[in-house]
Amino acid sequence: MAQTPLALFDTDSLLDEEERAIRDTVRQFVDAKIKPELADWYEAGRIPARDLARELGALGVLGMHLDGYGCAGTTATAYGLACLELEAGDSGLRSLVSVQGSLAMFALWKHGSEEQKQEWLPRMATGEAIGCFGLTEPDFGSNPAGMRTRARRDGDDWVLDGTKMWITNGSVADVAVVWAQTDDGVRGFVVPTGTPGFSAPEIKHKMSLRASVTSELVLDGVRLPDSARLPEARGLSGPLSCLTEARFGIIFGALGAARDCLETTLAYAAEREIFDKPLAAFQLTQAKLADMTLELGKGMLLALHLGRLKDAGRLRPEQVSLGKLNNVREAIAIARECRTILGAAGITLEYPLMRHANNLESVLTYEGTSEVHQLVIGQALTGQGAFR
Amino acid sequence: MNIVVCVKYVPDATADRKFEDDNTVDRVGVDGLLSELDEYAVEQALQIKDKQADDTEVTVLSVGPENATDAVRKALQMGADKGVHVVDDAIAGSDALATSLVLAEAIKKIPHDLVVCGMASTDGGMGVVPAMLSERLGVPGVTLGSEISVEGETVKIRRDGDASTDTIEGSLPLVLSVTDQSGEARYPSFKGIMAAKKKPVETWSLSDLGVDAGSVGAGAAWSVVESTDARPPRTAGEIVTDEDGSGAKALVDFLASKKFI
Repeated sequence: MAQTPLALFDTDSLLDEEERAIRDTVRQFVDAKIKPELADWYEAGRIPARDLARELGALGVLGMHLDGYGCAGTTATAYGLACLELEAGDSGLRSLVSVQGSLAMFALWKHGSEEQKQEWLPRMATGEAIGCFGLTEPDFGSNPAGMRTRARRDGDDWVLDGTKMWITNGSVADVAVVWAQTDDGVRGFVVPTGTPGFSAPEIKHKMSLRASVTSELVLDGVRLPDSARLPEARGLSGPLSCLTEARFGIIFGALGAARDCLETTLAYAAEREIFDKPLAAFQLTQAKLADMTLELGKGMLLALHLGRLKDAGRLRPEQVSLGKLNNVREAIAIARECRTILGAAGITLEYPLMRHANNLESVLTYEGTSEVHQLVIGQALTGQGAFR
Repeated sequence: MNIVVCVKYVPDATADRKFEDDNTVDRVGVDGLLSELDEYAVEQALQIKDKQADDTEVTVLSVGPENATDAVRKALQMGADKGVHVVDDAIAGSDALATSLVLAEAIKKIPHDLVVCGMASTDGGMGVVPAMLSERLGVPGVTLGSEISVEGETVKIRRDGDASTDTIEGSLPLVLSVTDQSGEARYPSFKGIMAAKKKPVETWSLSDLGVDAGSVGAGAAWSVVESTDARPPRTAGEIVTDEDGSGAKALVDFLASKKFI
């Protein structure tokens, strides 16, 4: 009797009834509503982001692990499991949810004023309003402290000038959380995207995350009242706290892409015959399948452990780095290895392998590159910062 | 208004389904779930509740083994208000007559204006329980609705048949069954999933219902499954060769004979 890779580890036994129900709901949604469309979205480089946001909002996915303001208030582990199922569809779908819930909504929830929360969070939870998060700049990725975007006081107002780059959801967003240098260090601003001087041209010609909206944010004399400033965020720790949230979701999410690749490959290898027997009956294929299953299961155990730590309020940023570094690195290795088993079929959109592998190229470097996570771990081990 | 939705816990149709030694379906050793056809019944009950915008309450009722609570719980996650699970070892192996007896006696103990059922179970597939329930409860049976509306005390359905489309209406109280064309069942929202944990589920036995154990179960069944055989592998099918221009007609005749068109 053939078992699925994660059934072999019996990781379901580590989940409670509510977590399984949330996981099953997202899986059914992705299987029924998302997977049939993905190849076309990917080929066209377009997604119906507004419709998706509303459907995800109706399920309760958006900002699901936040409390109040219309958010579901689930555990962090349940949020991770939802990310896994979304990314089993496509990393672009999970990115939409990560940026909405863990970057834009979390920034407002954690650092915003009561008025800002009341204005935006309920609408973002339902998907009526889409958010984006502007930290990275064309010349500043892993070193955000050098950002050139500036907010200067002008009477009671603030005026923002600068450019943000690689911003998921940018062109479809109703609100952007933008981080800028001020005389008082880095501060965050809540920018309605209709504000004069704000524009968000979409980045085209991508080979990765094609089922995701990626944009540039241009701030040209964007004038905002002081009430647009996030009052509780001061310095880079503000945006970095949001990144830790989003990275946590990726620890689970990347495994979703890997699981989809591995399950696809298992099914293919069982059917595809070569030299008069199934590909799955060859030792070299089985060695690959066994090694990939081991990495997927180990990654899942790590993710669930980190999820429990987060739910206990004990998860530290360097532990998030352990998870993100390992699980994305292993996921992309699994996607590529699976492709070797499908041969030429694996390069088409008929199967999800190349799509996942290409997506994971982005996931490998966004939300902290693998190298940055190695340095975070290295610093935790040695006490020596080696970032610069 | 008080609505009771009858739901069945069935073996997962995507997994291997097996029979026990007594030729009843193995409902313990396999993964089970809320019958997909009953999800449509839950959906319609919830839509009626949403439109009533009053204190309408939806009670979900299931007769089934211990794990049938999962089916009740799923309906509560979708938005039903409370659950009743009738479980009793003596019920195992019951036929549709006995099942409808247990359901009817349970429904009598629950305040109800409207009883909603799916069109059939996805395992047994007989589709007779709704009609039996209306008979046992002595109320109208408005069955196989693909479009449902409730105005005051009147329930109106559209029933799509092969040869005609009928509009049927009845007055409350009544039993309603709905088809898989009645409207896509909602996914449970995360808030619904979390709220379901706190919703009450009562567990009743046959003695709670005053039903004699001898009148249900395999021993009381009016029909017996004597043997089962696995479905034979798919055959190659029929190839229509078009040599004289009659191919299209042959295809159409075939599809019509199978009632596809």
